[in-house]
Amino acid sequence: MAIEMLYFAWVRERMGCAQEIVSPPPTVTTVAALVDWLAARDATSADALADRARLRAAVDQDFVAMDAGIAGAREVALFPPVTGG
Amino acid sequence: MIRIVVGRDPIDIGAEMTLAEGAAGAGAVATFTGLVRADDSVGMLELEHYPGATEAALTRVAEGAVARWSLGAATIVHRVGPMTPGERIVFVAAAAPHRAAALEACAYLIDRLKTDAPFWKRETRGTDARWVEARDTDTAAAERWERH
Repeated sequence: MAIEMLYFAWVRERMGCAQEIVSPPPTVTTVAALVDWLAARDATSADALADRARLRAAVDQDFVAMDAGIAGAREVALFPPVTGG
Repeated sequence: MIRIVVGRDPIDIGAEMTLAEGAAGAGAVATFTGLVRADDSVGMLELEHYPGATEAALTRVAEGAVARWSLGAATIVHRVGPMTPGERIVFVAAAAPHRAAALEACAYLIDRLKTDAPFWKRETRGTDARWVEARDTDTAAAERWERH
């Protein structure tokens, strides 16, 4: 299952990229599990995603809670709490 | 009429007001303009956003206001990219038959936009750049619209 990951703001800076294609195993079924799986890949990802309380997510451009499912997701975005306006 | 603009160009308030005032049934237009503050010697402010998701989120905010206050027009214009103190970051307008609806809807538009749309601010002071932290007061301001 290929998913396009998008990163914004300091998540993007710490990950070292704005976008990547990942293929998590079928056991990864939620956003939270996806974050855990990404963080387990390497030290850069682990550091970038370490502060889980300050991470927010969108699945196919809809804002979701971390326990949301990712079945059939094409695009998952990870970012800090928003600060517009 | 719902008008959503997200872009790098300076915000032309005159042009936006003309559009809002032209809305069907408009007897009152309330607006809010947010400026880049020169707090603590900020030299530059950069706005990052999530293209596509931003416009969709702003459209939902505007649709919510139009439905709740029967607006003739709801406008949200938000700049992205680099800006300097004094420049306009955001402009919202609500056009309604009377002032109460226009004023309330205007406050709703800016309160919801602050928590519901994927924008991130980064401030630069001298050579030091840092991401602005989200504020609980913004969340509280947005949530008050859910209670009544």
